[in-house]
Amino acid sequence: MIRRIAPLAVTVAALALPACGGGDDADLTIYSGRNEELVGDLIERFERESDLQVDVRYGDSAELAATIAEEGDNSPADVFFSQDAGALGAVEDTLSSMPRSVLDAVPARFRDPRGRWAGVSGRARVIAYSTDKFEESEVPDSVFDLTEKRWRGRVGIPPPNASFQAFVSAMRLEVGEDRTREWLEGMRDNDAQLYDNNIQTVEAIGRGEIDVGLVNHYYLYELRREDPDLAVANHFLRRGDPGSLVNAAGVGILKTTDGQDNAERFARFLVSKGAQQYFAEKTFEYPLIEGVQPPGGLPRLGELIGPQVELGRLGNQLRSTLRLLDEVGFTT
Amino acid sequence: MTSRRPPWPLSVLGVAAVAIVCLPLAYLMIRVAGAGPDAWGVLERPRTLSLVAKTVGLVAAVTAAAVAVGVPAAWLVTRSDLPGRRFWAVALALPLVLPSYVLALALLAVSGPGGLLGIPALTGFTGAFLALTLATYPFVLLLCIAALRRADPALEEAAQGLGRTPAQVFRAVTLPLMRPAIGAGALLVALYSLSDFGVVSLMRAEALTRAVFLQYRGAFDRDPAAVLALLLVALTILVLVGEQRARSRLGSGSRGGRTVRAAPVVPLGRWRGVALAFCATVAGVGLVLPVSVLVAWLVRGSPSLDGVATATLHSLLVAVAAAAVTTLAALPVAVLAARFRSRWTVALERTGYAANALPGIVAALAFVFFAARHAPAIYQSLTLLVVAYLVRFFPQALAGVTSALSRAEPRLEEASRGLGRGPAHTLATVTVPLVGPGLLAGAALVLLSTLKELPATLILRPSGFDTLATEVWTATSVTHYSQAAVPALMLCVLAAPAVWLLVVRGSRGLDPLGN
Repeated sequence: MIRRIAPLAVTVAALALPACGGGDDADLTIYSGRNEELVGDLIERFERESDLQVDVRYGDSAELAATIAEEGDNSPADVFFSQDAGALGAVEDTLSSMPRSVLDAVPARFRDPRGRWAGVSGRARVIAYSTDKFEESEVPDSVFDLTEKRWRGRVGIPPPNASFQAFVSAMRLEVGEDRTREWLEGMRDNDAQLYDNNIQTVEAIGRGEIDVGLVNHYYLYELRREDPDLAVANHFLRRGDPGSLVNAAGVGILKTTDGQDNAERFARFLVSKGAQQYFAEKTFEYPLIEGVQPPGGLPRLGELIGPQVELGRLGNQLRSTLRLLDEVGFTT
Repeated sequence: MTSRRPPWPLSVLGVAAVAIVCLPLAYLMIRVAGAGPDAWGVLERPRTLSLVAKTVGLVAAVTAAAVAVGVPAAWLVTRSDLPGRRFWAVALALPLVLPSYVLALALLAVSGPGGLLGIPALTGFTGAFLALTLATYPFVLLLCIAALRRADPALEEAAQGLGRTPAQVFRAVTLPLMRPAIGAGALLVALYSLSDFGVVSLMRAEALTRAVFLQYRGAFDRDPAAVLALLLVALTILVLVGEQRARSRLGSGSRGGRTVRAAPVVPLGRWRGVALAFCATVAGVGLVLPVSVLVAWLVRGSPSLDGVATATLHSLLVAVAAAAVTTLAALPVAVLAARFRSRWTVALERTGYAANALPGIVAALAFVFFAARHAPAIYQSLTLLVVAYLVRFFPQALAGVTSALSRAEPRLEEASRGLGRGPAHTLATVTVPLVGPGLLAGAALVLLSTLKELPATLILRPSGFDTLATEVWTATSVTHYSQAAVPALMLCVLAAPAVWLLVVRGSRGLDPLGN
């Protein structure tokens, strides 16, 4: 038997390997810090409409930003589709100028002042809470209350998540390094439960593992789609509290791309009416272009007042925020 | 043994294979040597010390538990009158088809709030301990079964004839016969649990592999991750060295050839019920429970079949490629050591086993670092992924090829040549038929390991290249566990023939050090 199988195996291997070497046969390679669950369909729609072959590498936004930094000139990525502005800002030196038409489509507060990345959908930080256990009035209006004893072991946070990291960056800019470290250490000492991402955090609330979690507003709706009875709701925080940061998912084109046109097409697609409606209807995020209705049942974007932090300043903070999270003990 | 000089192409191939195997560790050291003091600071944190302690604790606990389950089970199915012992021998080995992270998923699904069993959540240390024990005791079981079947029953008969009780026979004769197998099994378990990534991640247990990954993912500066990775390598080497010392102190024990006579059967008497309950519990938790959970998800949820076919194809493609390439790469090294034995060929073979000290997450990190900077042509390509599998599973292939070669004694080839057959004819009619089955078993082991491999696949795969393992992982990252059912079951189905081959062949290729 071996005499028949061994040559076969060798042949398969010999055929398979050269065919797969090199790799970059896609028309467009996207590094997506956004979850496949949320944007997979949207990217497929782009593939269909553009007739391009797209490869997507999913990961956490900060992880992908670090990957882009590590790859340097060798990066196979054409486009970085980030979950937040901070991860884009952290690699802004590797990004080329975004076409004017994309930048102009979104409000100035949701794009890089120097034009290297553009926000494509808006989101707010909230405290998600268990409706089985609380009335909304019992949920704190500020993240600073969560280090109190009565929340011991009851709060979930997702430190690997870019939006969480952006919130910490915003806190550092708003209330300073010392108070932020103090808060993080307070959370750690109060036995905050660590999750990998927002969805896991919200699910843990639903299961009753924890009472509240610090997340973006839209994950709740994604989970409600699967379980309409999910006993979780969002609480929007006090105006100006660091925990009420309004952030944007965004897109940047890498300088090293060998497919500038395709990359620009994808960026333009994200701020097109169709994609913006997708964000409003499918992911319950705030569309950023004019003329697309925001999702119902949410406060209007203009009513949400976060800390006075420009999104363009978050990028510079990412490295030091990650270091701070690591020092406090939220990575290892 | 001949001491002829090997033909130079063989030497070149052998040296090249071992060089590839050594590349990641060498590069990691270069990278760490060039890292700033900040990176080394990670070692000075109190948290790192507690991390090491917890990792060692987990590995020790899992190893002890796997031995405690595997040894009695092996004895029961080979030496006792346990009803249906042939059935149990297979049923107890079958958890091998389940990737350990699928076992972890099943435990998570049935425990905690909303779990089917209504028991407290099996997360953290407890969960990781349980899942890893269930995933690894079959190593001990299979090696001990093989040792017991090989052992000459005359010793046990003699002890019985001298009026020893079964317990005394077990302690004085059977256990010492199994000792080398227990040692080898324990080493496999320790190496496995030290390098496991999926289970400790899902269980959110504190362990070095997970810390390396979190550090890699969670920091802009990746040098500290490299430092932690080397710390993990150092721990692995400690395990290997410790085992080697224990082995040389204990001696290798008598092995003997495979005997045709059956060993005396020990009647279990009133212990029969306990023994049955033990086997049923282990097989129940290790096999029936996870498979039931997967099937329940399949039936209750309406898991989408999107992408499963592609992922299956991808998994098979890389697994077959890895099995073929790794076996081929191991061949010259094993031939050099077996047929051209000299100080340097033996050293080459030993070095080939160095990859045992390289957990998947470490190999992945080293290759990412290396390729992103120095080999962009193969970065994020299947070639790099298969090379990583080659490095990771080289010892398995080497052990398989070596044990296969030991069956083809040079004398038989010489006899064939003496009868006037040419070298090619001899190769085709003598060497290949003798060596073939062993080669296939070694390749099957690599295939199986590649199918289940998670961390290197996650980190090194080409963008958009999903395998069954990464599909399971993706489903768990958003806790849509039921979406993991189809790819997980598919993995089991693909793994089954390879496991079958190993179980039937008495797992001779399992010993990671090729002893």
